[in-house]
Amino acid sequence: MRRLVVVGNGMSGARALEEILARGGDEQFAITVFGDEPYGNYNRILLSEVLANAADEAVDDDDADDLYLNPLDWYDENGITLHAGVRIVRIDRHAKVVLGDDGSVTPYDVLVLATGSRSFFPPMEGMWASNTELTRGVFGFRSLDDATNMLRHVQGRHSAVVIGGGLLGLEAAAGLQAHGVAVHVVHPTEVLMNQQLEAEASKVLRSKLEQMGMHLHLGVKTNEILTSDGSVSGVRFTDGSELACDMVVVTAGIRPNIGLAMVSGLETQRAIVVDDTMRSVDDDAIFAVGECAQHRGEVYGVVGPLWEQAAVLADVVTGADPHAEYHGSRLATKLKVAGVDVAQMGVKAPERESDEFVQFSETGRGVYQTVVIRDGTLIGATLVGDVSKVAALTQAFDSRSALPEERVRLLFDLGAAGDASAAADLPDDTQICHCNGVSKGDLVACVEHGAESVSACMTQTRASKGCGSCKGLVKEVVEAALGGAGAEDPADSYYVPGIPLDKPTLMREIRERGLRSVSAVFAALAPDGNEHVGSKMGLTALLRMMWPDEFVDERDGRFINDRVHANIQRDGTFSVVPRMSGGVTDAAQLRRIADVAEKHDIPMIKLTGGQRIDLLGVPKEKLQEVWRDLDMPSGWAYGKSFRTVKTCVGTDFCRFGLGDSTRLGIDLEERYKGIEGPAKMKLAVSGCPRNCAESMVKDVGLVAVEGRPGGSTQWQIYVGGAAGATVRKGDVLATVDTHADALRLTGRFLQYYRENANWLERTYDFVPRMGLDHIIGVVVDDTEGIAAELDARMQESVDRYADPWATDQVDRTPGQFHDALPLVPLPQVPVRGAAR
Amino acid sequence: MSTETGRVVEARLGPVEQIPLGEGRAFLVGDEPVAVFRPRSGGLHALRAICPHRGGPLADGLTDGEVVVCPLHQHQFSLTDGSCATGAPDATAYSAREEDGELVVRLR
Ligand code: SRM
Ligand SMILES: Cc1cc2nc3c(=O)[nH]c(=O)nc-3n(C[C@H](O)[C@H](O)[C@H](O)COP(=O)(O)OP(=O)(O)OC[C@H]3O[C@@H](n4cnc5c(N)ncnc54)[C@H](O)[C@@H]3O)c2cc1C
Ligand code: SF4
Ligand code: FES
Repeated sequence: MRRLVVVGNGMSGARALEEILARGGDEQFAITVFGDEPYGNYNRILLSEVLANAADEAVDDDDADDLYLNPLDWYDENGITLHAGVRIVRIDRHAKVVLGDDGSVTPYDVLVLATGSRSFFPPMEGMWASNTELTRGVFGFRSLDDATNMLRHVQGRHSAVVIGGGLLGLEAAAGLQAHGVAVHVVHPTEVLMNQQLEAEASKVLRSKLEQMGMHLHLGVKTNEILTSDGSVSGVRFTDGSELACDMVVVTAGIRPNIGLAMVSGLETQRAIVVDDTMRSVDDDAIFAVGECAQHRGEVYGVVGPLWEQAAVLADVVTGADPHAEYHGSRLATKLKVAGVDVAQMGVKAPERESDEFVQFSETGRGVYQTVVIRDGTLIGATLVGDVSKVAALTQAFDSRSALPEERVRLLFDLGAAGDASAAADLPDDTQICHCNGVSKGDLVACVEHGAESVSACMTQTRASKGCGSCKGLVKEVVEAALGGAGAEDPADSYYVPGIPLDKPTLMREIRERGLRSVSAVFAALAPDGNEHVGSKMGLTALLRMMWPDEFVDERDGRFINDRVHANIQRDGTFSVVPRMSGGVTDAAQLRRIADVAEKHDIPMIKLTGGQRIDLLGVPKEKLQEVWRDLDMPSGWAYGKSFRTVKTCVGTDFCRFGLGDSTRLGIDLEERYKGIEGPAKMKLAVSGCPRNCAESMVKDVGLVAVEGRPGGSTQWQIYVGGAAGATVRKGDVLATVDTHADALRLTGRFLQYYRENANWLERTYDFVPRMGLDHIIGVVVDDTEGIAAELDARMQESVDRYADPWATDQVDRTPGQFHDALPLVPLPQVPVRGAAR
Repeated sequence: MSTETGRVVEARLGPVEQIPLGEGRAFLVGDEPVAVFRPRSGGLHALRAICPHRGGPLADGLTDGEVVVCPLHQHQFSLTDGSCATGAPDATAYSAREEDGELVVRLR
């Protein structure tokens, strides 16, 4: 019999097993499960409830039945060997065995990794008593042990501070409040639960929580945990003020447990990278499921997606459906946060001008509801305080079904259309309980097979045994409807992975502490002051932007492309792309390029998609010579920087031209050339709406349009367009009258992008994330009063520009152009002669 | 330079400052190409210069004193033992040290 080993006995590990058993997996496999928690498998979601209950109550008898998903005898009955309390420390992929911390060696044919996540503790003075032990009175909120330890500690205490006002933090806060302590929630932004809610919704939630007596400290950061006699005595904020307390709960995000996968040589990024069959991309015998899996770039932090993953995994592993594929999940979250109902699905706010937005707010009652509709389909909804419409909305969201003409009916029953019919009208495959993946059909089947009560159906299907927020609906469905999941997304907010700060905070710290080099940033802000290789490029780019003048340039903080100002090729040679502003060249330039190519045996000369000429296959040690012979400026084809401005021929020659697109393109490129940012910036200028330069799919694209009657030609400025890995039509930022306005607004937008975009976030993600209206507000209408500063800072970067190829001729570091592959004959790229 | 049955096993390669702090540079020890790294955190490390994945130039990689990241496909190799944490074959590790300001690399 083949051997199946599961590492991690959490919610997805257990679910994967159930799904495998349901497909007859016990006939095919001898199954072994390892879990490093010393328990059977329990429902992590219910820990919020455990915490709110009196000490120890929830872990015995009755409630324990609820808490534990599968009792120990379930493992016996199904012939599964459970090693509770054993941690797997390594996978020997060649020998196909897993090694446990108890010295055990267990062979597998198929291995499933379901190691979940752990709490993240931001680096902070006073957090740790030793390398492995938190200071007495400091807690994470992830495991049953965390919950029971908190319960033990809270007795007789007076006040608690919760760091992090996301879902978990608010749950912890509500739980602790039930024990009579004063609870303070400290959250770094003004928006509570910012993963799920936009500002308005969050405000309503906030006033409800305050009514319930919770103390909220928003826009405040903790930077030290104060102790006395080894126990927590308070916290100190970055502004120096202090708050006394006798316990601290840290809910500042979670991190996938990927150490095991990493030491065992599996591809990990944010989590273990899997393909559509949930299989590790490196090893056919290894699968990953749950919060430790990264699928198509997504890592999920709620259980809904995990159930879908587990089903696909089971189909593939058992061969029930070897072609099963998981394609990602759309998130619909329904929660009860500290007693307040909240539901959120899809986008939080409208993203395009054409999006419809229906908004209802009744602050007195603590109710706030919005829906976002695009092209007649529901793409987002947020409900706070009153979630009675969530079933119908989720249904519309999931199925992209037709919406009532009168949009407001989505939120309210106007006149006739009765509420009661809602549940009955839902199609059978509507998911009612997202926690346990129970559909309306499952519940109906239960009733048809003789279940007589709501609780009987709940027991049989486990509907509403997750977060419990779907109880009302389950009731209606045994009567019919849907339910929800909820929780914490991993805190992906860091600008670079090695420094646990989001970009605004990181920039503030850098400025306040005057950190001008990458090594200084690591020393001051990284956990234990450690360098982190994957963070260096991002920090270099940020510091160069922040300190155009005073940046202390450490070459080891740059990627090789930025050290030698050329793009590395597959064989270790480089490509040379000189600047040809606006794609315009002349005979002398072409002749020179031809001479250089001939002199240096350039293996390939190619016209690029960016309207210039690429000389490919230049060995590193020949770069300087090639540049000198070319005597042209760098085109920056290698950097996370301003690249090119594509233009069309415009008014000079084209019979349709309205605006001098070539001139504007050249001026833009000469002005902003080489400006570095969080990612590439590519522009285009077209002389009329025929748009030959493809302006609508550029980071910034300009199009000349007929002006108002009697007026002159205007320039329409599009931002956030893309036609690479992502295709997105840009949004109109503004329509301006003059060439000068176009230059200025482009620069201001780019500066705002440089200062606010995440590392490697192209404008096509940045613009929708910030919201077009917001960007227009800041950049065009100057609602924040920072337009002049943005212009000034961009001007400073423009003024400091120096051509790197020229600079490198006079100023170089030891061995900067030294051969890195000695004895390997380069180039190895194919040499293409002219087509003959 | 000491030899053992004709094969070069150890070489003095000149001043340590040839390698800027935090970077790597490639050298030849006999006819073995070796990438030597000089992390900011101190010490010297040496790996075979050619990436075991697809021949990338490891000396051009970014490093943090723990690992070097090959510039071609971002596989990561431990500076101490060459082991790859990202699924490519392991790189060969050599030893490097400083003697009187000079860089000494030994093939093992
Ligand atoms: C040379 C060129 C192809 C060509 O022969 O035409 C090219 C070559 C490369 N592109 Fe490109 N891209 C080139 C135009 C484009 C364009 C079209 C354009 O710029 O008008 C696009 C679509 C627009 C865009 O940027 O979105 C384009 C979208 C990409 C992408 C996808 C970016 C995205 O987020 O969608 C990548 C990958 C990345 O950036 O991570 C990429 C990455 C690359 C890299 C740097 C691959 C790499 O990571 O090493 C290639 C470098 C080869 C080299 O050594 O020069 N290249 N690439 C073009 C250079 C234009 C120039 O003159 O600077
Ligand atoms: C308090 C709380 C409330 C929540 N509320 C909700 C909610 O309302 N709705 C919702 O959808 N989600 C909620 N979540 C999130 C939900 O619990 C998780 O998404 C889910 O548990 C993830 O399942 P998993 O199997 O991936 O990870 P886990 O459940 O964390 O399981 C992983 C298991 O693997 C073990 N393990 C790790 N490494 C090893 C190793 N090397 N060897 C052996 N064992 C190992 C861990 O100890 C753990 O037991 C909540 C979470 C918490 C903490
Ligand atoms: S954009 Fe218009 S003016 Fe420019 S080349 Fe195309 S058609 Fe001619
Ligand atoms: S060649 Fe080094 S990672 Fe591919």
